[in-house]
Amino acid sequence: MMSYALELKDLRKNFGKTEIIRGVNLAVNAGERIAIIGPNGAGKSTLFNLISGRFGPSSGQILLNGQRIENKAPYEINRLGLSRSFQITNIFPKLSVFENLRCAVLWSLGYKYTFLKFLSGLKDANDLAEKYMAMIRLDKKRDLLAMNLTYAEQRALEIGITIAGGSNVILLDEPTAGMSRSETSRFINLIKEVTVGKTLLTVEHDMGVVFGLADKIAVVVYGEVIAFDTPEAVRSNAKVQEAYLGSQLADEQAGGH
Amino acid sequence: MKTYQFKPYNVGRWLIWSLFAIVLICAPLIFTSNLSGTMLAQMGIAIIACLSYNILLGQGGMLSFGHAVYTGLGSFVAIHALNAVTAGTSHVPVSLLPLIGGFAGIGFAILLGYVTTKKSGTPFAMITLGVAELVFAMSLMFSEFFGGEAGISGNRVAGQTVWGITFGPQIQIYYLIAIYTFICVALMYAFTQTPLGRVLNAVRDNPERVEFIGYNTQRVRYFAFIIAGFFAGISGGLGALNFEIVTSEVVGAGRSGGYLLFTFLGGATFFFGPIIGGVLMVLAFVLLSELTKAWLLYLGLLFLFMVMYAPGGIASLIMMNLRVASFGKLKQVWVSYLGLFVTAFVALIGAGAMIEMVYHLQLNSALGNNLKFMGVVLNAKGVDSWVGSVFVMLTGLGLFEVARRQFLVEWGDIQIEIEKEIKRREAA
Repeated sequence: MMSYALELKDLRKNFGKTEIIRGVNLAVNAGERIAIIGPNGAGKSTLFNLISGRFGPSSGQILLNGQRIENKAPYEINRLGLSRSFQITNIFPKLSVFENLRCAVLWSLGYKYTFLKFLSGLKDANDLAEKYMAMIRLDKKRDLLAMNLTYAEQRALEIGITIAGGSNVILLDEPTAGMSRSETSRFINLIKEVTVGKTLLTVEHDMGVVFGLADKIAVVVYGEVIAFDTPEAVRSNAKVQEAYLGSQLADEQAGGH
Repeated sequence: MKTYQFKPYNVGRWLIWSLFAIVLICAPLIFTSNLSGTMLAQMGIAIIACLSYNILLGQGGMLSFGHAVYTGLGSFVAIHALNAVTAGTSHVPVSLLPLIGGFAGIGFAILLGYVTTKKSGTPFAMITLGVAELVFAMSLMFSEFFGGEAGISGNRVAGQTVWGITFGPQIQIYYLIAIYTFICVALMYAFTQTPLGRVLNAVRDNPERVEFIGYNTQRVRYFAFIIAGFFAGISGGLGALNFEIVTSEVVGAGRSGGYLLFTFLGGATFFFGPIIGGVLMVLAFVLLSELTKAWLLYLGLLFLFMVMYAPGGIASLIMMNLRVASFGKLKQVWVSYLGLFVTAFVALIGAGAMIEMVYHLQLNSALGNNLKFMGVVLNAKGVDSWVGSVFVMLTGLGLFEVARRQFLVEWGDIQIEIEKEIKRREAA
């Protein structure tokens, strides 16, 4: 039997006495694009934090390519092929765009903690960093410090750092947060382009983005997945309409597509 | 796609390193007095120590309050090794003793750094403080190793001499220190160009994100800490050879504070900043302390103003002005600079006169109420002297504020012009 790229089994997380994630089950096939939607405070970001190892779950299992990862540190999970981006831009502000990306490729190329090699001599790392820089359209800003980029550029760099390690499972936490409409649509194309062949999970608020990007949608409400299906099926799901979209919004979406 | 172009021959870099070597070689030929000889030797030692400290502070964002633990223990191990050579139980050449100090630094950094680098930020700073106190307390307890009040002394003319070099004369020890300084500075610069060095910068900038690109931040800090410990130990070993005596003060909090203060003054954000810091450290400890009893107060004030107005240290001031100069705009501000310096100097004279009078009253009142300050006789209990000092200081401060505002306006204008110029060049 082939295992899922990512599988959550009865995952739970409590903060004190408050249950934030209340028994989530989810199985994602390799190469699928999943959008996770849900109202504010439903636990979408917490779910990402659990999967990526930022928090440990209270109970339940997380399997990455069939291997249990729920008690591993973020860097161990990353080395197993899972990478994530952040809702609030999380880059290396005092390093240049190029250095940001080069740092992100170093581990995957096996350079580890070496201090016996010069960075300038690492042709594979430099080529790869240049490649990703071109992919996220920041090659003209190569030597600019990340803190001096525009917001949209920083968001692109955030994605760049996330994918540069070559992980096969990518989690994007609201990649288009705070962007204008035109920027968003350009950005979605960029995300599609750079995640070809990868398993993608993304938290998203913009419904246009969700229906344009995802193969499947998982709806999270109060720490539970109440629906996990194709966009069409989710849209017509009565439970989802009631709990999250609201009938009016659903009609709008149905009419708009 | 643009490919990475490796420059095989970097002229600028060769020039800078050659210049550095020439300065190290020629310095004792220009400054020939006894005092300057010992100061130059101490500068080399301080440069290595401050640069090694900056691996933690500037490159790794680790605020250590206990760096003297590693320089100091390096000193102690080196002086014991020297005494073993003198006693004939060891045959290590004296010129390699600083390396033994370096390995001691590595050893203690492996041992103590494991605890220290488990945390970052404020907890890290607290733990370094605790470790420093612990080691200092031990230095008073274990007099076999630390020598108690008297310390451990040695004689660097020991063992086999190579090519007739005994390291007896100051000039010989200076050149040994200069060679170590050059190699250590080069190695520490090289470190900044390696994967570990760069990831260390990333850990400084954003440790959380580093965890999500596959690196264990604790391990990165630990390795960097060990490397810093190595160079700190070398610096300590050189110190042991230079002074031929090591007392428990070398692991004390004052020494640790000195490294922090002068690395910061020199500038932690640029590689060469701590080199300036090291030079200043020796100037302050040797010259300023001769000049006035209140030197620590002046140093504290300087540190205070730097933290508030130039957090990048002297190195960043230099780089900012080089940038302005490279756009040919430095001539627009030199009048303002002159104004700033003159008014600041006036304010300093006024403040300095009062500080010196207070110190005189507290420490030298038995010598009468009169003291000489910059060629003027002041009466520490006279109204005239105090009123005059206050007047001079306030005048200086007032004019300084006027000059500062004028300067800020001009400086802002220049920055805007430079930004425009950069945009124009990009468009062209």
